[in-house]
Amino acid sequence: MSHIPVLIPLSLLVSSLLALLAGLRSPGWGHKISLGGVSASFLFSLAGIRAVLRDGMPLRYALGNWPPPVGIEFVLDSLGAYMTGIITFIGVVVLVYAPRSLARETPGREVYTYPAMLLLLTGLTGISLTGDIFNLYVFLEIAAIAGYALLATGDRAAPVAAFRYLLIGSLGGGFYLLGVAFLYFSAGTLNMADLQARLPDLVENRAVISAAAFMIVGLGVKMALFPLHFWLPDAYTNAPSAAAGLIAPLMTKVAAFAIVRFFLDVFPPSFLTEALPLVSTVGWLSAGGILFGSVMAVAQKDYRRMLAYSSVGQIAYVGLGLGMANPVGMVGGLLHILNHALMKGCLFLIGGSIRYRTGITQIAEMRGLGRLMPWTMAAFVVAALAMIGIPPTAGFFSKWYLILGTLEAGNWWWFGVIILSSLLTAVYFFRTVEMIFREPEEGDPVARIGRKRGAGVTGVGPSPEVQLGLGGATEGEREAPLSMLLPILVMGAAILAAGLLNVAIVNGLLAGAVAHAGG
Amino acid sequence: MMHGIMANAPLYAVLASALAAVAIAFTGEKHRNLRETWTILASLLKFGFIAAMVPGVLAGVRYEVSLVELAPGVSLALRADPTGVLFALSASFLWILTSFYSIGYMRGGKEHKQTRFFAMLAVCLSATVGLALAANLLTFVLFYEILSIATYPLVIHKESEKAYRIGRQYLVYAITAGLVLVAGTALIYQAAGTLDFQGGGFLPPEAGRGVLVTIFLLFFVGFGVKGGVMPLHSWLPAAMIAPTPVSALLHAVAVVKAGVFGFVRLVGFVFGPGLMGKMGLSTVLAGLAAITIVLASFIAMTKDDLKARLAYSTVGHLSYVVLGVALLTPTAMLGGAFHIVTHAAMKITLFFCAGALYVHMHYTKVSELDGVGRRMPITMGAFAVGAVGLAGFPGTGGFLSKLMIVQGAAEGGHTLFMVILLASGLLNAGYLFPVFIRAFFRSSPEHTSYDEASWFMVGPIVVTAALALLLGTMPDAIFHFFGVASEAVSAVVAGGAP
Repeated sequence: MSHIPVLIPLSLLVSSLLALLAGLRSPGWGHKISLGGVSASFLFSLAGIRAVLRDGMPLRYALGNWPPPVGIEFVLDSLGAYMTGIITFIGVVVLVYAPRSLARETPGREVYTYPAMLLLLTGLTGISLTGDIFNLYVFLEIAAIAGYALLATGDRAAPVAAFRYLLIGSLGGGFYLLGVAFLYFSAGTLNMADLQARLPDLVENRAVISAAAFMIVGLGVKMALFPLHFWLPDAYTNAPSAAAGLIAPLMTKVAAFAIVRFFLDVFPPSFLTEALPLVSTVGWLSAGGILFGSVMAVAQKDYRRMLAYSSVGQIAYVGLGLGMANPVGMVGGLLHILNHALMKGCLFLIGGSIRYRTGITQIAEMRGLGRLMPWTMAAFVVAALAMIGIPPTAGFFSKWYLILGTLEAGNWWWFGVIILSSLLTAVYFFRTVEMIFREPEEGDPVARIGRKRGAGVTGVGPSPEVQLGLGGATEGEREAPLSMLLPILVMGAAILAAGLLNVAIVNGLLAGAVAHAGG
Repeated sequence: MMHGIMANAPLYAVLASALAAVAIAFTGEKHRNLRETWTILASLLKFGFIAAMVPGVLAGVRYEVSLVELAPGVSLALRADPTGVLFALSASFLWILTSFYSIGYMRGGKEHKQTRFFAMLAVCLSATVGLALAANLLTFVLFYEILSIATYPLVIHKESEKAYRIGRQYLVYAITAGLVLVAGTALIYQAAGTLDFQGGGFLPPEAGRGVLVTIFLLFFVGFGVKGGVMPLHSWLPAAMIAPTPVSALLHAVAVVKAGVFGFVRLVGFVFGPGLMGKMGLSTVLAGLAAITIVLASFIAMTKDDLKARLAYSTVGHLSYVVLGVALLTPTAMLGGAFHIVTHAAMKITLFFCAGALYVHMHYTKVSELDGVGRRMPITMGAFAVGAVGLAGFPGTGGFLSKLMIVQGAAEGGHTLFMVILLASGLLNAGYLFPVFIRAFFRSSPEHTSYDEASWFMVGPIVVTAALALLLGTMPDAIFHFFGVASEAVSAVVAGGAP
């Protein structure tokens, strides 16, 4: 029996505890252990992907050697391998990025931040891997509690926003748990594979029907499905940049993935489409969310708030793909989990770098950043183009599959929604791009920063070139430190790579899993 | 036959300028002579690769490169067929001249952000050649979108509030068009299961009238925006705020021709002339093109700003190509395809002249040009050649291409279109001839002696004017432009893989 399925969350959990103990003595060690733990988990995830690709079948692992259905089973199938790969990759990137950013934004709290980050990742990988619906609840709450803690450490308004999230999130978790209980009483098992075998006989059962409704609503809150999204913008806006860079790409996606999991691997194929058409409800709500999130993002002045509303729209693409309930649409939705994780992670980290270097969070103040931080801004352009869906970036390809999915489903409304929201996305990102690459004017924050530094170099009144940090001597100082820049560039490159390699990802990990979606 | 370096020639042709863009960006303003060396080198290499494929293409060889799979069954693939080579050849040849010209223009005008300018121009050329040589619709769309985005920094080059406003307008048009194109491509993929271009088209008629008409409308918008077909044209005259080399190369040759080239691919290699004709879609397209030709000419007459006048002239001439293709007869299609080349040579001449007038004399209006022919005889002489050519006088390239379109219209029995084409020649003369007539036949005390712009600018002007004449007298002598165009049309007629 391969131990990979359990090693992925376990290495995170163990290093979380170790990091806390070590961090109390020396904060530096806390970070090193965390990074080590998440790197190990990433390597295990890669091994998991390799094993799944090689064997063509899931790795099953009975926890504590208690065979299911008595014990808890971990199942590393192709979708699980896909998700853990994404989660641990983002984890590594963000943990490399975090120390400088956290030291600037939330000094003195790093000791507790790293363990919370690892706990969050433990929860998220656990959700992706578990084959037991109650265990899924446990991991859901582990991730949620770690998430509340991380979000609460941010700006002054952060604790209130996090508390609101906690109330709503607990409600969502409660709904889910209620659904678990109903299912257990009607089917007599918590194991997903068992449920899949037993539920076809129970599709008329009222308890099963309400269980499905409760679970989808509960998970819908967790994935910020419109109109249950209202906790999200405040929570993301006020979070520390590194925490937002970790939570925004992953947290809602994993909840969406859990819904996909239930649709594919727990309920009978046609149950959620015909007997109880919840899937198409999710699709329509998502279509609303896509438009709502995009319109609201256009209206924002704060960079992080714009990204937060954009997230409300983008997570809904995953829901839309699910709503189509056909293989190609599902592929689009699932692929968007990866693509959006890369894009939005990259954008939040960029926001953190801008804040680190200049203190700017408002879009209107970003004039001149293109000169100050050319590499970071190049990554921004790549991520922005991907968000709009310009080929050959990753964002194009998930939209391509989604568009094909709407055609397959014959749903022209959703087709229109995808096109319209891409246009809106172009509006809010090009507005930012235009600002970033403008020349800074007298009195702009960027110009002030340049002058301070320029004066130090020349000793006399700075020339415009020096003001902008263009003099050779200040070359290295313009960008954020390498430990922050490198993760951003890696994400930027990954956005391009994920686009060009999309067929390999789809054929290897996604297509097989969704081949029978929708019955 | 296909061995060594030539096997991947299409790829190298695309990469030459993409790599140059990176080199340009890293070299920067400090070493501007080295930076300009990259541009020149890349333009020569790029053209070299494309020109080297011409003999093979004429002999029936198709250079193909397939990279990664973009979607199941659809690869990022390039294929040098006659149609693509025709467009790539003209764009890349004119890039060489534009490179020299840009150096004179940017340095003469002491423009800012020259590094960005040269880098983005190189990216645009990569995208143009990429879409010209694209073997399937998805690859085409990919390069089409890159071209849209890469043009944006060039449009806002001036960075005035007005430039930003126009840039936003440009983006709205370009991105909408791109999205619409993606939607149309998805529909085709759904209907046909493939996206590979096929001579004579690959769309199955069984897809149903509704679907086919929708596809046509989506592509009409998608290509019509770039190709300046009315009522989708209004971004193009506005975009003239870009530096003149951009107006010359991108807004007369590369970007706008990408739109009309799209129509060539759509009619010849996606729908196929048969299906277009049977569904009556070609009549719609031809009608809109004819309206554009006439209206654009009238608007051009009202413009005193020289670049605006040329821009509307471009709008009109792009629709010649569209009309030629939409008439569906082989002669008309040949005329349309050949007009891509002849119009490029003539219009770039005119824009080059306008830029020389701006950099050297700060003239932007037609009414300022009285007597300037005495000071800048070469520039204005070249302008006269280009203008005469666009009006379609015998001996110029414009005559040949227009003649073939008219002849094609006659073959198809479209008397109305014949009349419009002939009348538009007069209209062309009406708005272009006054420019050089003023310059040569009026006198001004300001202009008494010879004083031309820098040779970096005058040299390319002379070459393009000569090209315009050569295309009319010996259309196959240089780079086999005519031969390639004929091959392109036979590929459509013959059917099968292009």
